[in-house]
Amino acid sequence: MTEQGVRWTAEQVLALAPDDASRKAGSRLGGAGPWSQIGGSASGSVWGLCKGSGSKPYRTVVDLAGPAYKCSCPSRKFPCKHALGLLLLWSAEGAGEPGEAPDWAAEWLAERAAKAARPAAATGRPVDEEGARRRAERRAARIGAGVTELEQRLADLLRGGLAGQEQSGYAAWEETAARMIDAQAPGLAGRVRELGTIPSCGPGWPARMLEEAALLHLLDRAWLGVSALPEELAATVRSRVGLPASGEGEAVRDRWLVLAQYDSVSPDGRLTTRRIWLRGLGGGRPALVLDFGPAGRPPGLALPVGLVLEAEVRFRPGSAGLRADLGERVAAAVPCAEVPAGVSTGAALEAYGAALREDPWLESWPVVLGRVIPIPGELGWQLADAEGDSALPVPVTGAGSRSRGGLWQLAALSGGGPVTVFGECGHRGFTPLTAWQPGSPEPVPLA
Amino acid sequence: MGKGDEEYGDWEELVGAALLGTDRRRGGGPAGSPEALLDAAAVHTVRRRAGLRPAGAGSRPEPAPRDPRPAPPAAARQRLAQLLAGRTGAGSGGRRGAAPDLTELLPQWLAAAGRHGYRSPAALVPALLDAARARTDLRPQALALAGARGLWLARLNPDWRFALRGGAGGAGELPDVTDLAGVERLWQEGLFAERVALLGAVRAHDAAAATRLLATTWATERAEDRLMFLDSLRVGLSEGDEPFLEAALGDRSRNVRATAAELLSALPGSALAGRMAERSLACVGPEGVNPPAECDAGMLRDGVVRNPPAGRGERAWWLGQLVEAAPLSCWRERFGGLGPAEIVALPVAEGEVWREELHAAWCRAAVRQRDARWSRALLGVASAPPAAGPGTASLAERAKLLETLPDGERADWVAQFIRAHGLSEAFQLLGVCVVPWAGALGRAVVDALDCAREAGSYPWSFSGVMGLAERCLDPAEAGRLETLTAAAEEPADSASGAAAYWSEAFQRLVATLRLREAMLSELTPA
Repeated sequence: MTEQGVRWTAEQVLALAPDDASRKAGSRLGGAGPWSQIGGSASGSVWGLCKGSGSKPYRTVVDLAGPAYKCSCPSRKFPCKHALGLLLLWSAEGAGEPGEAPDWAAEWLAERAAKAARPAAATGRPVDEEGARRRAERRAARIGAGVTELEQRLADLLRGGLAGQEQSGYAAWEETAARMIDAQAPGLAGRVRELGTIPSCGPGWPARMLEEAALLHLLDRAWLGVSALPEELAATVRSRVGLPASGEGEAVRDRWLVLAQYDSVSPDGRLTTRRIWLRGLGGGRPALVLDFGPAGRPPGLALPVGLVLEAEVRFRPGSAGLRADLGERVAAAVPCAEVPAGVSTGAALEAYGAALREDPWLESWPVVLGRVIPIPGELGWQLADAEGDSALPVPVTGAGSRSRGGLWQLAALSGGGPVTVFGECGHRGFTPLTAWQPGSPEPVPLA
Repeated sequence: MGKGDEEYGDWEELVGAALLGTDRRRGGGPAGSPEALLDAAAVHTVRRRAGLRPAGAGSRPEPAPRDPRPAPPAAARQRLAQLLAGRTGAGSGGRRGAAPDLTELLPQWLAAAGRHGYRSPAALVPALLDAARARTDLRPQALALAGARGLWLARLNPDWRFALRGGAGGAGELPDVTDLAGVERLWQEGLFAERVALLGAVRAHDAAAATRLLATTWATERAEDRLMFLDSLRVGLSEGDEPFLEAALGDRSRNVRATAAELLSALPGSALAGRMAERSLACVGPEGVNPPAECDAGMLRDGVVRNPPAGRGERAWWLGQLVEAAPLSCWRERFGGLGPAEIVALPVAEGEVWREELHAAWCRAAVRQRDARWSRALLGVASAPPAAGPGTASLAERAKLLETLPDGERADWVAQFIRAHGLSEAFQLLGVCVVPWAGALGRAVVDALDCAREAGSYPWSFSGVMGLAERCLDPAEAGRLETLTAAAEEPADSASGAAAYWSEAFQRLVATLRLREAMLSELTPA
């Protein structure tokens, strides 16, 4: 490793692309053709000049530890096609011996280094504690009113019976959801909206609707008694209702393997949520990092699957200790050299069950399954233990399901033999997200 | 919440109560309140979720057969993923800009990977099957690359059934051709595609064994299957096939008869070819052309079609079919020892109509018999105006004639044609040249493009040739092309802006060539 650490694969680079168009445009810039003065530093950065249509080439520089990007092009996309092209070129050919950055790159890199070294200044600001307390009280009161109203609504639902729901439809729940937004409880609003969609999801909907209504009721009741709950559970309830996390969580420093990254768009198309699953290679702890992007703009944070970053991860209180924020990164990310250890299907469900003790509203738990065989089926897919008779169903429709394309990729990888699969294991089944081909440490993100 | 929980025995009962509504529940009471129902349901829900057990496993698929071929190097794997991902997005239309068109490079990647004997990376097999499904031109190579894993997957997904039908992917599935019992069993029980593949494999091993195998079931095959089986004999056709084909001349189906006759006429030594020669020689000679006056039973049996298509005379129609099926070697003696070029140059006494008919038939015969000498004669000099060509002015037919010439000669002929006549008519001819284009041919194309630019026309008038050049020019030409990418000064009388578009078009050409070069070198094993 004479240069900028271990190089990433092209897949890992392309995973950073904000959209398909950038992926394509970046790929086209991934050859030596338009580039000149490519270089990189030992501390983990790459730079180069890219010839565009104008007379002046674009100056592109990437800090691999971020990864963070800077480019003189006018593109609003992030990373831009030039940064992607530069990374692809670097992934294919490297950047030669480490060297000194040219002035235009060095300036930005130095700025970043200085910012990282500076202690978070924001925390030093004097806080208007009294004001904050009053604001929190006001919000709690509004949520309380919303919760009471929601309880009324649920009681009405059960009094009249679910059977009428197929006719009465979605609009009424949409309205209730809007009331929950007014009550500043976005978590409740989301669950209410979800509830409204259930009667149209096919057979078995009454049972699912009762489940969701009951869990919503449980959340309402928990909120109304939140002050009496143990601190961890109270934090879970607050975050489920939609309050921002309060207080500092536990900070864990480890080498974090990126197991999966995928986006989902809210039903109204206004918000993209990016989920990034991490696992501490030392401590084995899972972490879920979320990032959001408004309409048409992808979330800023992107971590290619299969990379390992040494970093501090700060866990938020509650939610079974999954939600986390990425803290300071210590070194440039490197590809993982081994396949993560996996468990059986039974152990996967046990892990989910155990997590429910801390967060009964938890839909799923991140699990690496080891030695499972995908079984395609007309009615549904399964992932079966290679030994024994146990299997997990794979949801192929409705919430939590992934595209069929990803499943076929999984089947192709397995060829009928055992594979290691990472995914979300919950009450609907197991949703595969990433797989490892037998005999290769290179993860395959499932489409 | 324990209290509510006790009121309801099991989950089904809870769902039933919830469906009906607590108002309608008999014997209501406090335990029947909506809150109690929700309490109980919450407990049940969390308990059920926490206590989930795995399901029983269904029947696992048979493991895929092992594919002993090596996987391509990492860089090539990534390139394939990129090419497959770019498959759908490219057809957006409009001006293409300076970036290469990845879609067009996929066939080359597949062909090159096939030459290296690679197997597809497993994760890309579904994308490969999807690509093969969308584009039939990619199918044979894509399926060959996907190999046994592709067939295994295709059996599980109805969308990919086509892969099981096409004979191309059959590798690894066929019995050993020396395993007579295995061959016999598959021939009797196999799917049509498997049987075609089997026939091909047996034929490659022992031609006579293939026709023997075919003869065992011939009488019971359906007419369309007989036609397809017969058609598969085209590959590796030899004298040994004659008895079988001769028998097929008496087939019930007219299409089968016609195909048998066509195949026999491609064997200059066959009895059919001899009969056709006899008939042709009676009609054509130094003294002139005298087409047959009738289509007799013998001609019909030898595959001559009696009724001409609309707008053609009967006698000309029959003449064409006779000459087309007669071995070209028969003409030397008939014309007193003259060679093809001299024969073709002879005037035809009865006039233009017969001449055209005769030359067209010779062209078809030269293609069918893959006769380079006759093709050469019928093509004539490349620099001569196409309309004055000895054989045919049709570019499609010329392209077919060119295919019978050796690679180098073919490229030289097309290069000369382009130097003399420019690019506008060269498209079809270029299509039959071997890729990458030979040096002289590539230079002729680039020079012609450069001329077109200097003449002030727009590059999209040449988009067809440009596209071909991107796919077919030798990547080594990229360096020479670089000078053309600079935006040349706009000539005063040119269409405005053309120079910039040309520079962009050349940039794309260079970029694509570089990409092809990188792509091919990535496939070279480390």
